[in-house]
Amino acid sequence: MATHEVAFPVTDAAEILKLRAGDEVIVQGHIIGIRDRTQIRIFDQGIEPPMDLSGAFLLHTAPNVRKLGPGRYEKLCIGTTTSARMVRFTEGLGSQYGVRAICGKGGFPDEAIEPMQRLGMVYFAIVGGAAALETTQIEEIEEVAWEELMPECLWKFRVKDFGPLTVGIDAHGGSLYHDVQSRAHKKLEEIYARL
Amino acid sequence: MSVALAPNHLLDAVEKVAAHLYVWALKDIPQDLRDALADAAGRETSVTGQRVLQTILRNVNVAEEEKNLVCQDTGIAVYYCKVGEHFPLHPARIYAALREGTERATVEHPLRSNTVHTLTRENTGPNVGFRVPIVHWDFIPGWDGLDVKCVPKGSGSENMSFLKMCVPADGVTGIKMFVLESIVGAGGKPCPPGIVGVGIGGSADYAMHLAKEAIARPVGTHNPDPLVAQLEGELKDLLNETGVGPMGLGGDVTVLSVHVEHADTHMTLNPVAVNYQCWAARRASAHVSADGSIEYERDA
Repeated sequence: MATHEVAFPVTDAAEILKLRAGDEVIVQGHIIGIRDRTQIRIFDQGIEPPMDLSGAFLLHTAPNVRKLGPGRYEKLCIGTTTSARMVRFTEGLGSQYGVRAICGKGGFPDEAIEPMQRLGMVYFAIVGGAAALETTQIEEIEEVAWEELMPECLWKFRVKDFGPLTVGIDAHGGSLYHDVQSRAHKKLEEIYARL
Repeated sequence: MSVALAPNHLLDAVEKVAAHLYVWALKDIPQDLRDALADAAGRETSVTGQRVLQTILRNVNVAEEEKNLVCQDTGIAVYYCKVGEHFPLHPARIYAALREGTERATVEHPLRSNTVHTLTRENTGPNVGFRVPIVHWDFIPGWDGLDVKCVPKGSGSENMSFLKMCVPADGVTGIKMFVLESIVGAGGKPCPPGIVGVGIGGSADYAMHLAKEAIARPVGTHNPDPLVAQLEGELKDLLNETGVGPMGLGGDVTVLSVHVEHADTHMTLNPVAVNYQCWAARRASAHVSADGSIEYERDA
């Protein structure tokens, strides 16, 4: 398992293709916070997001913030939510907006594997609950859109040494979640036999 | 008939306790949990599992240094109250004070407000709403104190709650199989390795109540009934054979502990409920005396 440093947004697809399930990744640059209601607005209500998502790294989050002034927020505690609820948006994010990476906790089910492979996308696993650490790696909240969805707005964060992340699903059809689940189910059959 | 006013100093004490416990629980996880996480890191052999556990340990320290929340999910506020028969404040007033305290902590800190109307999904206020916070009651005869335990429950783990009405013929094997399939199916979603709460017996609703009570126990405590304690040990070992691992990325440590609470049940019932508590198993407790003095308790 290799260790990589990747800066987002990416312009070169090779940056994504070099990553393999299980690898460790540290992220630099800009990432975009997004959640259930944000994606329901984009895809179910058909409203164009007012931020450029091409080459982007999306983080499943709804941060604790303090308002400083119009459109300006101070970070208080920023962590990551369970991704599985939002898996159905994967295809659209990749094909319509050019998103390259989705980061959350708990993983995506197998239905994400095919679109991620076809569109050259990866899923990054962050450590759920490790928000205190994550907050120190976010340098600044640079932009906020759709404030009326607070805290499920579109957030633009500038990050430094964001991670460590684990490549959960790569752009080659590899998924740690799939592998772990299939091994665990085999193990369960063995355990049931001796109960 | 004169109406006795609620003693103000007790109302104030309970409100203060609620506000303090909510924030304390979110920032400073108990020692038993820190020990269990360090122990997990000591025996995990997978690379990804080790990466996750080291990050968790680092995060617990950063939360302390930065005086920040361990996890951003401030949860739904849940309180467990043990009210002495002679405690001079009626539970109706205790509830009002817990609600005030939750609200005050949310506004003053400030904490993220999570409570929404279940149909409209509109936010209902600073972590309070209709029937929120959730309070569970126990009444203790011949006592004049009040014990309050705050367990802010995050949604990632609460979403991984499961109930099965096994039949008597499924026996203990049926109970074990359901717990195993539930935790494997949950994968990384509830932020493993955590505490698996299991409630058995009673009725459907009571089994789930017991499962929730089980996750609020300190890590590694055992059910006083030896038969139930044995089931706790067996389930823990079996779950750690599944290889789900930290954050569901594969590894040796899938759970830190399994806690089982039980109730006697109907001869044709065999309910089993599972309630998951994430690795950031937040809880904090306090004792309020009849005179209004407060003692905060780390290990309860």
